[in-house]
Amino acid sequence: MIDLPWDFTAIPRFFPGFYAAALLTLQITFFGILVGLILGLVTGLMRLSKNPILNMPAKAYIWVIRGTPLLLQLMIIYYGLIDLVSIDRMPAAILGLGVHNGAYIAEIFRGAIQSVERGQREAALSLGMTETQAMRRIILPQAFKRSVPPLGNQFIIALKDSSLASAIAVRELLLRARQMGSSTLMMLEMLMIVGVYYLLMTTVLNLLMGRIEKLLEVSDYKD
Amino acid sequence: MIKIRGLNKWFGDLHVLKDIDMDVSPKEVVVVIGASGSGKSTLLRCLNFLEFAQKGHIYIDGVEANAKSRNLHTVRADVGMVFQHFNLFPHRTVMGNVIEGLTQVKKTPYKEAVEHGEDLLRKVGLSDKAYVYPAMLSGGQKQRVAIARALAMKPKIMLFDEPTSALDPELVGEVLQVMKNLAIEGMTMMVVSHEMGFAREVGDRVVYMDEGRIIEEGPPSEIYSNPKNERTKAFLGQIL
Repeated sequence: MIDLPWDFTAIPRFFPGFYAAALLTLQITFFGILVGLILGLVTGLMRLSKNPILNMPAKAYIWVIRGTPLLLQLMIIYYGLIDLVSIDRMPAAILGLGVHNGAYIAEIFRGAIQSVERGQREAALSLGMTETQAMRRIILPQAFKRSVPPLGNQFIIALKDSSLASAIAVRELLLRARQMGSSTLMMLEMLMIVGVYYLLMTTVLNLLMGRIEKLLEVSDYKD
Repeated sequence: MIKIRGLNKWFGDLHVLKDIDMDVSPKEVVVVIGASGSGKSTLLRCLNFLEFAQKGHIYIDGVEANAKSRNLHTVRADVGMVFQHFNLFPHRTVMGNVIEGLTQVKKTPYKEAVEHGEDLLRKVGLSDKAYVYPAMLSGGQKQRVAIARALAMKPKIMLFDEPTSALDPELVGEVLQVMKNLAIEGMTMMVVSHEMGFAREVGDRVVYMDEGRIIEEGPPSEIYSNPKNERTKAFLGQIL
């Protein structure tokens, strides 16, 4: 029998030792997405405005953030700005992930808003609604629904990208795996544990988004 | 009710409305005909300020309105519009569609709005569909909901932009019937449509447009049986 250099029985044994790290991963992801959604909605709407005072900053934000790596953005926030403001590592990770995702979510919202037929806005205006009312009551509810599938995709990317917070010393799953790997000399085993954690979390997230999609779908056809 | 003077509209280099002068009296039913691209839909959309003319004047009930008017939305509330593709709100029930303008624009209390909505749905023969979503309706039913939705605002005039041209032939009749009833009740209407039967039965005037101009207008019997202009003749020859 071949003697493998790995001890896979360590996987179930050490698995519970990653709970706290997984919780941190979930926290960064959750609050990062929350910040991203708010930033995304605001900049998505600004991006659609005809007023250059509104759309130019939005375009610049999306251009810069999508055009540079998240890892660099995290380092700028945590290490780079240290002389200006000292941000703790957790808030820095959340802010970084939020700002990064905001740019992508802005584009998702913009696409979804633009995909709502022109006639919807026209019908709303023809009833005497203001542009704001038409947006809030008629266009946004339809756009939100259409943005659910791409948002689900973005949330999964965000969850996995939260592993980059390890680079600014947040003891989330990946950093925990590296530390445990070094101390136990079982690097592959520890990395596989976090692999399982990520897979479990993305699977649950996927199922959740599928559920939401289904729920929203039926709401239009309910008799 | 509506007075249009020297209206000109361009889409880029394309001159789509050329020196349009037109009046619509209260309770009058005007049917606008013309080939696609003749500017008839654009004219209608200018009257509801979904498009803005670059030159000329539009007076609704004696008050001039244009792109710079501050209360454009209140002007629009007085002008009902029915679209070719219905444009119902898919995320609202039939009742939700009908009372949207009432609750949001007129700030009518919900209960009162629903009562009014029930009356309107009865009028268009769709009382049994009040709490169904638009996706469950046929094209003819959708268009009747759209008419009820516009009527809810108690508009001074109703504009119909090819209301039956997206419908299967067997569904055209039910929509025209609702429109006829409206005309009989004395609603001022401007209808872009090639439905000759409708124009003959309830139309007071037919306006023929070509290449952005009003070429000929007159009572339906005259326009359809005895057109004077060569272009009107050629056009009617094609559609009849």
